[in-house]
Amino acid sequence: MSNVTQPINPAGLVARQERVLQDADWVRWSLIAIAVGFISLFICLPLGLVIYQAFSKGLEAYWTALSQDDTLAAINLTLLTALVTVPLNTVFGVAAAWAITRFEFAGKSLLTTLIDLPFSVSPVISGMIFVLLFGAQGWFGEWMIAHDIKIIFAVPGIILATLFITFPFVARQLIPLMQEMGNQEEEAALSLGASGWKTFWAVTLPNIKWALLYGVLLCNARAMGEFGAVSVVSGHIRGMTNTLPLHVEVSYNDYDVIGAFASASILAGLAIVTLVLKTALEWKQTSR
Amino acid sequence: MSKSSIMPGFRPTIGFTLIYLGLVVLIPLSTLVFKSFQLGWDDYVNIITSKRVLHSFRVSFSTALAAALIAGFFGFIVAWVLVRYSFFGKRFFHALIDFPFALPTAVAGIVLATIFQPSGFLGKLLADSFGIQVAFKPLGIVIALIFISIPFVVRTVEPVLLEFEPALEEAASSLGATRWQVFGKIIFPNIFPALLTGFALAFARGVGEYGSVIFIAGNIPFVSEIVPLLIVAKLEQFDYSGATAIALTMLVISFVLLMLINMLQYWVRKRSGQL
Repeated sequence: MSNVTQPINPAGLVARQERVLQDADWVRWSLIAIAVGFISLFICLPLGLVIYQAFSKGLEAYWTALSQDDTLAAINLTLLTALVTVPLNTVFGVAAAWAITRFEFAGKSLLTTLIDLPFSVSPVISGMIFVLLFGAQGWFGEWMIAHDIKIIFAVPGIILATLFITFPFVARQLIPLMQEMGNQEEEAALSLGASGWKTFWAVTLPNIKWALLYGVLLCNARAMGEFGAVSVVSGHIRGMTNTLPLHVEVSYNDYDVIGAFASASILAGLAIVTLVLKTALEWKQTSR
Repeated sequence: MSKSSIMPGFRPTIGFTLIYLGLVVLIPLSTLVFKSFQLGWDDYVNIITSKRVLHSFRVSFSTALAAALIAGFFGFIVAWVLVRYSFFGKRFFHALIDFPFALPTAVAGIVLATIFQPSGFLGKLLADSFGIQVAFKPLGIVIALIFISIPFVVRTVEPVLLEFEPALEEAASSLGATRWQVFGKIIFPNIFPALLTGFALAFARGVGEYGSVIFIAGNIPFVSEIVPLLIVAKLEQFDYSGATAIALTMLVISFVLLMLINMLQYWVRKRSGQL
């Protein structure tokens, strides 16, 4: 114990500890500056530009661009696509999460992997597989020409491609949550005599509602905003098979900058609404 | 999980799940495999080794790699700052991280093209002061892919940083480690696997990305033409075999690269004693 002779300085020790645990001021502020600068350049600037461009020629130009028939048709098609695909993928997500988290069966992890598959496929390839199936030279091509059924370069193709792209969103939100919850509450309800449906509506649904909403929100944002996959199957027929994102592209390539940014600002608005709701839902989920 | 048989609804839910999965995902995806079987080996090699295709592969993979590295570096700093420091507007910045994820790619594409085109706000600035042209060059593709990659990196690193035990840091510093040593030997090795995951997700997304890239890239063959664009071009010429060959090659290369990253991650975890 040779260092007993040295004076102990608790205040100095604490100060040293804090200095080591916290970053020095100059480190902290330079890191904050780098982070804020990076986010400002890559996120705030693009966000600001959409808003600026849309209104730069005044509100009137904005309204004329938006009230064109082609734009309205594109908005309608985008809404229709989301209206068909989001409910289908939501029902699937709930069913898949129920089967996967409430029962034991062989091949479960394979099934979970397969559900995630559309996330790892390039959007362009996601559209292409439907062209291989239903295109003029695809598997069913001749049969469909003979029966006068159009899927590719028509609305059904757009819906199918969107269905594929947004397939995992809801299931992916629900599976980890329902896994973590376990099924004691449902078993209790069932053993007290509730029917399966009643148990689902009264016990399961209230527990998963925020995660379900979150999944639906992300699914909807993607369904309305998908570009690559839809672009491959759509054929870009104005007023017929152009969704809003495709309409943005067509207008932009025709040097109709105001029109392109007017449509783009609707989609940017959708993205902002999605972000706000998402942040609100995240607070709800963490404070649950 | 208990193996109770009182839970109802297994048959209808699993039945619906499998049928729907088959119809929407598996049958359509299998066309890719079957179509490629129809292709002879020589045809396949001819398509893939054409100069234009090889060049687009080089452009796609190198830009995605560069973008994932840059986004990985800055994304790590952003996640660090958001988790560890408090500053004015932090919540706002935090909510903005997911903006690239929520913004439709076509919108991102025309916005970035407008900013960086030669007459654009930053494009003009960079050209006049540094002589750097961004649009219609691979550099433009890198910029677009960085934008797309940010949420992947930040959102995978953030939860791990958040859960990191301060006790580990305290222990190290009370044993006399400097701040740099604590970061280099304690914090970073623990965060690194998550950073790798974020990097891999960003890279995989970058290779397949289409909408946000095509506007800023200008799609000049042998300069700024990416693989997904070449697939679209082949499809527009009804060259289904060509498109299939390229698509399958891209999927296989991405898959192999992701597997390598997974192995690296496993090795890192093992070395740092997390497994």
